[in-house]
Amino acid sequence: MIAEIGLAALWLAAALAVLQMVSGAASLRAAPGESNPLAIYARPAAVVQAFLAVLAFLLLLRAFAVTDLSLKLVATNSHSMKPFIYKLTGTWGNHEGSMLLWVGVLAASGGLLAAFEKRLPERTMGATLAVQGFVALGFYAFLLLSSNPFERLPIPAVEGNGLNPLLQDIGLAIHPPTLYAGYVGLSVAFSLAMGALMTSEVNPAFARVMRPWVLGAWVLLTLGITAGSYWAYYELGWGGWWFWDPVENASLMPWLAATALMHSVSVLAARDALRTWTIMLGVLAFSMSMLGTFLVRSGVLTSVHAFAVDPERGAFILALLGLYIGGAFTIFALCAGAVAEGKRFAVTSREGALVFNNVMLSAILAIVLLGTLYPLLTEAFNVRVSVGPPYFNPAGAIFAIPMLLVMAVGPLLRWKSDSPKRIQFELMLIAALVIGAIALVSFFGRFPLLPLLGLGLAAGLAVAAFLPLRGRNLKRVPVATWGMVVAHFGIAVSLFGMACEGAFSEERLAAVAPGGTEQIGGFAVTLEAVTPIAGPNWTAMEARLAVRQDGGEPVFLTPQARSFWSPPQSTSESALLTRWNGQLYAVIGNQAEDGRWQIRIWWKPFVTFIWYGGLLVGLGGILSIVGRMRVDLKRRSASAKGAQRRADIEALGVAAPQPAE
Amino acid sequence: MIRWMIAALLALIALPLAVPVLGQDSMPPAPYAYNQLDDPRLEAEAAALMQTLRCLKCQSQSIADSDAPMAGDMRHQVRARILAGESPEAIRGWLIARYGDYVSYEPAVSSTTWPLFATPVLVILIVVGVLVRRLGKRRDDDAEAKA
Repeated sequence: MIAEIGLAALWLAAALAVLQMVSGAASLRAAPGESNPLAIYARPAAVVQAFLAVLAFLLLLRAFAVTDLSLKLVATNSHSMKPFIYKLTGTWGNHEGSMLLWVGVLAASGGLLAAFEKRLPERTMGATLAVQGFVALGFYAFLLLSSNPFERLPIPAVEGNGLNPLLQDIGLAIHPPTLYAGYVGLSVAFSLAMGALMTSEVNPAFARVMRPWVLGAWVLLTLGITAGSYWAYYELGWGGWWFWDPVENASLMPWLAATALMHSVSVLAARDALRTWTIMLGVLAFSMSMLGTFLVRSGVLTSVHAFAVDPERGAFILALLGLYIGGAFTIFALCAGAVAEGKRFAVTSREGALVFNNVMLSAILAIVLLGTLYPLLTEAFNVRVSVGPPYFNPAGAIFAIPMLLVMAVGPLLRWKSDSPKRIQFELMLIAALVIGAIALVSFFGRFPLLPLLGLGLAAGLAVAAFLPLRGRNLKRVPVATWGMVVAHFGIAVSLFGMACEGAFSEERLAAVAPGGTEQIGGFAVTLEAVTPIAGPNWTAMEARLAVRQDGGEPVFLTPQARSFWSPPQSTSESALLTRWNGQLYAVIGNQAEDGRWQIRIWWKPFVTFIWYGGLLVGLGGILSIVGRMRVDLKRRSASAKGAQRRADIEALGVAAPQPAE
Repeated sequence: MIRWMIAALLALIALPLAVPVLGQDSMPPAPYAYNQLDDPRLEAEAAALMQTLRCLKCQSQSIADSDAPMAGDMRHQVRARILAGESPEAIRGWLIARYGDYVSYEPAVSSTTWPLFATPVLVILIVVGVLVRRLGKRRDDDAEAKA
């Protein structure tokens, strides 16, 4: 019964999406100054729809929590013996469940927009909600027609098939929901962009409405990617943190577009410039979200992430993708002419630097898109090629390096027009730091070019990030500016981690007999014993490694080689020893004929900085949102007070005696 | 019915073939599958090469990142050949000759991969074009506005 309620809620939500679409579109047909009687339904429809879609998701969550084996989805993806937390997270560890989460977040963000956004003109709001309803409708159709999560089995299963062991990790609790919320938050940016475009309301007021959504989605994407990278790092057991895997690229592409959009929307809000550019990026960012969903959900990729393989679904999402992106660009082509270009600016201005960086971000996006889709394209013609790090790294760096250099300087420039002479001290300082760091590192050894450049840029950026604060009263610096400083510093920290990992990592592979010791990066690692142990749904061989640094007290690491029985699969659980200056990463492999055990150990200096940097970038985004919201609330209360005062004076004015003439 | 018989027959034929395959899987991994070369310089060379070779049995993993037996065998090939003095590019060529372009993550310019290299050049041109259009012209406008 519960499952049927969930299904009914989804159908009702789809019906409300139609109402929202029609009602929103009706508001466009109203004569200026009047409102169409149909238009009043759009907001309530969006809010109720949000409740229904979230309800459907919660009901599926319940089915997984109690392992309702009469549901096909639960029987194929869960198991009664699984730890409770993985039963819950398993809800979105499969195709249908993750699409329901996607749709639930989509409806929830549409509902939030409809309930709380009162600043936009009604016509623009109506158009925005119509677009949001149209997008939601497509995905409801996808769920209901081709991926029904609430399908019953004719005869309830006795036991479930279980969840892919790689996914039985706390990472699954964090990574997909965060990433999805980010993907889908961009849908609101998309709808707002379309709404503003159709009603010719592309102006700073609109940008201020759009900005928190873009910032919020961008923060979630940043944190989602950071969490996903760390998850892959410790779960896959090979010490890599970014594989240029198509699925990783699918999450990186919306991030790149959202980063560009966030900067562009700030320019629009502050300076009323870059109007069409912002709209274009809004369309692009959500297109990349949908493309990412298509790549992951359709099964066109075969990778560890793609756990759904069904060509029919792929065709459905591809059709949706074509409809929305094609439609958006058609509207863009038709309406963009009506949007004036906006305020102008010189090359050496903050806008100029932001335009440069947006173009660079878009170029990196183009490279990642090409490298991800090209192998799929040639595969269709039976030519199989692989595109990997040797392609992405240099091709991306061509654009990333100039971008990072301009990023160091950009925040120091003034709006509209500035002269490089004014900031020549800062320019010299940054150049000296970059060159100095590169020279210093190359003095100590020969390292690959890209990590070397990365170290130099990281040094320059880390200092440059704080230069905008120079000569200012720190107490009076707006919170949003602190957000920018922290986020830019986070990029430097992350870059430093990546470069160190690339340049200084040490690796030790060896067959070790119990009692044997291996040396790596100042650590002595002794294999004390290998013992079998059992978990709730797995058995494992666990190695006990005593790690001594410079002959000090031992710390114990216990990597495991796990064998799950439902589904039967083995995974390798790495053990990590985190120090402030890096991580020791240990994995146990197979036993050789002679009784020795395969041990793999890495010493990765400063590798943790990659994810600390990611967290800082996310924190910067959060600070920015908080700062903007506070200013906004202050402005709103001030204007409310002003209106009150004017009303009071007016009231007094009537009552007050007329001054004698 | 006939389909079932054919299937059963095929299974019977395949059975003796399957046994040596199973046998192969339980064989100990080749010496250099999980052991490094003694010379750190040669090992670094081998490791760099292994990072750029695709494990053919896996999904989007390099042979350096895989526990598949075949990846182990390929790692052994790479290390043994590096030790014998072959250059990394020669080894890559040898593997491509055996397994096709698919095995290498480093696409080489060929009739099938030229767009991968032409497009970044095109992107650079577009970038320059966009920047000149958006930033270069603006200065003229400003100058006109001032004049």
